[in-house]
Amino acid sequence: MRNITASIFFVVVGLLVVSVPLLAHHGNAAFDSASVTVKGTVTEFTWGNPHCFVKFDVKDNQGAIVHWVAETSNPSDMIDRGWTKQSLKAGYEVTVTMLPVKSGKPIGRIQKIVLADGKVLSTTLPPQPKTE
Amino acid sequence: MLKRFVASTIAVLAVLTLPSPGRAQTAQPAPAPVRDISGIWTPANSPGDGIGGTGAKNMPEDGKLEHQLPYTPLGLETLAKHKPGNGARMVHPSEINDPEVISCEPQGLPREDLYELRTTQILQTPLSVIILYQFDKIWRVIWADGRELEKEHPEPRWFGYSVGKWEDDYTFVVKTNGTDERTWLDKAGRPHSEDLVMEERFHRVSRDRLELTLTIDDPKMYTKTWIALNKFPFKLMPPTTDVREMMCSNEEFKAYHKAMEFLDPDAK
Repeated sequence: MRNITASIFFVVVGLLVVSVPLLAHHGNAAFDSASVTVKGTVTEFTWGNPHCFVKFDVKDNQGAIVHWVAETSNPSDMIDRGWTKQSLKAGYEVTVTMLPVKSGKPIGRIQKIVLADGKVLSTTLPPQPKTE
Repeated sequence: MLKRFVASTIAVLAVLTLPSPGRAQTAQPAPAPVRDISGIWTPANSPGDGIGGTGAKNMPEDGKLEHQLPYTPLGLETLAKHKPGNGARMVHPSEINDPEVISCEPQGLPREDLYELRTTQILQTPLSVIILYQFDKIWRVIWADGRELEKEHPEPRWFGYSVGKWEDDYTFVVKTNGTDERTWLDKAGRPHSEDLVMEERFHRVSRDRLELTLTIDDPKMYTKTWIALNKFPFKLMPPTTDVREMMCSNEEFKAYHKAMEFLDPDAK
């Protein structure tokens, strides 16, 4: 909790209409098409099927802690995108860009995460080499 | 001086326009081995080319007129009962009734070819061809010992009954029937019945390229046959490729559903 309160603040900067980088197991109906970006602290990262998901805490404009959860694709896809089970750990400060759900709940689908050292974890597949 | 300049310019142009072993010549693909589709194959265009989230790749459920399937009345009635999470008929996650999505049920055939078709290993024995799929670590045996495909079976199976024959030295044709109609044909919720006969044509174009064409013949659900995959391309991977694990775990699903509140009807 000390790490959380010391490090997080809310910085919504979204409203960019973007394409969904991953076709999700449960579809797109629940998600908005406008992305938001928030800054927070990871509390848990689950590496599993059908999707990995990360929980993180964000301080809103009134200073209250909001518990977010946001998904990526499955582990096989995420390995192709440079992620591992060790990519996120509790206490990591992160800036998360995601598509939130339409209901207004703090739930989303991750587009990218920027770590405190500037490293970018994207959910978009890098360009593939051409084949014959 | 001018003559020397013109002469050297012509010489340079001549060199540039002549065929060069290291330039402008595309290497011919290595020839395909005879009657051999074995190997570790992965979607050639991208790792996700075979995901098929909106249904059969050649006929996705995208609302386009040219992708409307020739449903029978029973086909339409059954389709209406299926609530998928993707495509033109997608519903909120709390309303999805896809057995594979909500409870890790086997997706069976033909859906194994149409949803999450990823790195795939093919083995050959003198009597059979065995396919190992990454998704759910499924294996299936295709008999290639000269037998005919039986029309009646003691029971339906998730993955049906398959018999294959070499149509020519580079094309292995598989017929499958006896599938379990509890499964959806694809992720978009297209239906199939126990009368389904599916045909897979594995065509080895070259040593490094395999194409899969899948045709659906199910007169209970569709008024005519249709092509679900059309020359879907795979590329050959090194024989030491370690195929990843991709399992449907009930516990992981429960944790995911709970975290994302996807089963909560009030979460719309």
